[in-house]
Order: sequence, then C-alpha cells, then structure tokens
Amino acid sequence: MTPNAYTIPDALRGKMQRYQGMALVVGVIGLLLCALGFVMSPEQLLRSYLVGYFFWTGLALGCLALLMMQYLSGGAWGLVIRRTLESATRTLPLMALLFLPLAFGVRTLYLWAHPGITATDAVIRDKSFYLNVPFFLVRAVLYFIIWLTLTQFLNKWSLDEDREGGQLWAKKLETLSAPGLLIFVLTITFASVDWIMSLDPHWFSTIFGLLILVGQGLSAFSFVIAVTILLAMVPPLSGVISKKHLHDLGKLLLAFVMLWAYLSFSQLILIWSGNLPEEIPWYINRLNGGWQWIGLALLLFHFIFPFLMLLSQSLKKNPKALASVAVWVIFLRIVDVFWLVQPNFDKAAFRMSWMDFAAPLGIGGLWLAFFLYQLRQRPLLPVNAPDLEKALAHGRPH
Amino acid sequence: MTEMAPSSAIYGVMAEFETPGQLVEACKKARAEGYRRMDAYTPYPVEELHDVLHLHDHRVSLFVLLAGLFGAAGGYSLLYYCSAISYPLNVGGRPLNSIPMFIPITFECTILLAGLTAAIGMIVLNGLPKPYHPVFNVERFVNASRNRFFLCIESTDPLFDRDGTARFLESLDPDEVAEVAH
Repeated sequence: MTPNAYTIPDALRGKMQRYQGMALVVGVIGLLLCALGFVMSPEQLLRSYLVGYFFWTGLALGCLALLMMQYLSGGAWGLVIRRTLESATRTLPLMALLFLPLAFGVRTLYLWAHPGITATDAVIRDKSFYLNVPFFLVRAVLYFIIWLTLTQFLNKWSLDEDREGGQLWAKKLETLSAPGLLIFVLTITFASVDWIMSLDPHWFSTIFGLLILVGQGLSAFSFVIAVTILLAMVPPLSGVISKKHLHDLGKLLLAFVMLWAYLSFSQLILIWSGNLPEEIPWYINRLNGGWQWIGLALLLFHFIFPFLMLLSQSLKKNPKALASVAVWVIFLRIVDVFWLVQPNFDKAAFRMSWMDFAAPLGIGGLWLAFFLYQLRQRPLLPVNAPDLEKALAHGRPH
Repeated sequence: MTEMAPSSAIYGVMAEFETPGQLVEACKKARAEGYRRMDAYTPYPVEELHDVLHLHDHRVSLFVLLAGLFGAAGGYSLLYYCSAISYPLNVGGRPLNSIPMFIPITFECTILLAGLTAAIGMIVLNGLPKPYHPVFNVERFVNASRNRFFLCIESTDPLFDRDGTARFLESLDPDEVAEVAH
C-alpha cells in the first residue's frame, strides 16, 4: 500500500504504542488477579469474569453490527468511524480465546449445568434438551464461526477497496451486510439467552435478546465516539472530523440511549403487570436487598443523565463534552451487565467482590491493547471508499 | 386612501450568490462591517448561517420544554385522579398509584403537547402565514427556492445607506445586487 494522507504518522503511532503498552500492563495485572481469584473462589471469579467478558465481547459485537449497519444506511457518520469499527471487530478472535474459561467453568457458573440438578428441578429437566453442556458449547462455537466469518470478509474487502478502489467492493460489502445483519441479530439473541438469561434457568423474557443487542450497540457507539474524538485531536484527522460529524454521532448516541431505556422499560412493564410467578422473581431479586439502588442508578445515570445531556446541540458539537458523556455511558454499560449477572447469585443482599473490578479491567486492558494494535494496521480512513470526499465535506459550505 | 409611509424608500438591498460558501462569506463580512438587520435566503438549510448571522432565538425550544413538562404532569395527574381518587379499583393487588403502568400515557401526553407546540410555535414565531413579503419584489428571488443564495440587508439597519450598502454588497462579488421595494 502506498502512503497517503490518512496513514498514521509516526508521532501518533508512537502514542498508540505507548497506550497499547499501558493497556497491556493493566490487562496482564488484571488477569493475574483473576488467576488469584480463581484459586480463592472459582464461583465468584467466573461470575465476575462473565461480567467483564460479556461487556467487552458485546462492545466488539456492537461494532460488528454498526459496521454492517453503516454499509446499509450510508452516510458520512459511518465513513469516519469505519476504521475504528473494523479494528474493534478484529478483536473477536481474542474474545473467542477468552471464552475458554467460561467453557471450562460452565458446570460451576450455570445452575442448569450443575451435576444432578435435573433430578431435583423439573423445569430445568424440561429445558435440558436445549440447556445442556455439549449443546451449549456447540452453539458458542457456531456463534463465533458466524461472527468471525463476517469479520473476515468485511475487513478483507475493505482492505481490497483501499488497494484498488472502484465501486465493486462497496457493492460486495453492502450485499454481505444485509443478510449478515439478520443472521447477526439471531446469533446475539441466542447468545444472550445462553450466556446471561440462562443464569436463571427458570426465567424468560422474549425482549431480552433485543435489549442486549441495543446495549451492545450503545457500548459500541460510545466507544467509537470516544476514540474518534481522541483521534481527531491530532494529525492526520485533526481538521478532518468536523463538528457536523460529531453532531451526527451524538444524535445517534442519543437514539441508542433512548432505545435502551425503551426496551428496558418494555420488559419491566410487561413482567410487572403480568406479575407471574415464573417471571417476576427476576425483578424481585433486582429491586430488593440493596440491588434496587443499582437499578435506580441505571435509571438515573444510564438513561436520564445522558438523555438530558445529549439533548443539547452545543454539547453534541463540543468534542470534550461529548467524549465525557460517551465514557460515562461506557462505565454505566458495565454496571448494567453487572446488574444482569450478579443478583442471580446474591439474591438476599447486595454484594460485590474485588474480582468484579479485576475481571472487567483485566479483560478490558487486554482488549484495548489488541484493539490499538489492530487500529495501527490501516490508514485511519477508508481512502478509496466511494463518496469519501463528500463525506468529509459534510456540513462544510462549498 | 392613504398608506402608512414607510420609514425609508425601500425595504433593503439584496445580493445574489451562486454558492452557499460565498453567501456565508458575505454574511461574515456584513457582520464585520457592522450590519445587523439582515437575512439570508437559501434553497436548503445551510447550517453555518445559524452561527454567522447570530440567530440565537431559542424561544421554540423553551416553549417545547415547558409544554412537554406540562404534558407529563397533566398526563400523570389524569391517571392518578382516575385510578386513585375518582374510581379506585384493586387490580390483582397492585397499588392504586401504579407508576409503571402510568408511564406510557404520561410519555404520550408529553410528546403530544411538545410536538404540537413545536409545530405551532414555529409557525407563529415565524409570522406565518404571511401572504406578502417585499423580497419577492426582486424578480430573480424565485431562484432562492432553486439554486441561488441571497443576502438582504434591510433598510431598518442603523448603518443602512441606500448607495453605500449597495456598493458594499457589490464589493462581495455577487452575481447581482438589487434594491428591494416595499
């Protein structure tokens, strides 16, 4: 590839390498602490690990979804974040590897996989054609095959487009993205049932897959906004990313915040008004014994606060303020995943372990290091994408 | 029949530009020159104009916010009055003040009032419907809804001077400068 205007200059490359090193250190320390935690309490470690794993995998998967979405919708916003999205999807092989502790810990982590449970619990026995360890693992492998295949082609064709240009690759990417997104939504639905919902094998909610999907999209959007704003501070993207681009991304972030709240509330109102003994315990656990404060915090800080902030047009055009809101939402996303996972185990009262910090930090550090490594591999904008110039001129008088 | 005499002989002076970029530049220069009472006319929204013309009228936003809050309070009060005061009914042991069940209607009322206020507020504050506006006296102004961009400096501006303002606009390299009759 010949160097071009958006190849990463040496100054930025050095900076990325430094951050990558720092993230790697955090990751390694976090994972060493996880190993220590495993020795102390494998049960607790696996729960905390699931929180961290599900959040960071969800972030990468959200980026995969957004990548396909922006090929289908078009628009300048998708073009300026495309390389960030691609780099995030290329971390999925790492996440496939990091699934191994869960695969080995499935009998400890999931109630339905406890030895002998089917003899005493009729509901789990009835669900055991689906909720059994071999099928669980086969499904996980299948999800990763699908995600990695999509990642592979989306990244390969985009690189081909960089090299050769023309309309052909854009057409191919679009053609893959339409069915890809459909299959993707199905895999996320099943994966969220397998990995999170089945922690309480008696409980079910038909909106859950969609809720998880939107949560992942929200994490991904917050993350790419933060990264884009950081990149826009230095060459080669300084002056290229305009306020109008930020404004568009901020509007989409607002839409995802609202969609998350809408789906969360839809699930709550259906279960609350139904008040059925097989559904309501999930909320009773989460709205009692101290867990209700986390729930309230999610309502206030995961929805109302970012919602009110993002209403303001000037905030969406202010890089620092928008990035702060984005990072804030990322943090609350982890709290949300924590609230989905932990109350399944500590039903009586709120409890937190130091591993709930160590695992998300460890996995996150490793993930970020890998992400930065991937981000350095290509120019920061798809240089030969059709309409690149139009997308960059977006919002500028001409 | 006597008409009220306009305070000046003409409504203003108008310059025509080919591109939105030229128009934005012209607006900036006119601001720098000291002109305040002016308006730009374009076939589609040009976002920069908002800033360069210093259009900081946010009254619609404020009205929408107030109407939304009023709608929320009204919607919730309506439900509370119906379910808890006027006709209390025990539905499967749920509280009379069933907050989750009240949210959808509260939300709908918020959106309804805010939406109507946004539309009506925009129309009223724009002074619409307006059957007559002097800018249409310039023959080429029809192009403002096609492919031309116009800047009109109005005669009510303290700095306005029939010849001087026209000369100033000429200096901005427009396609045409025309006087706008009342």
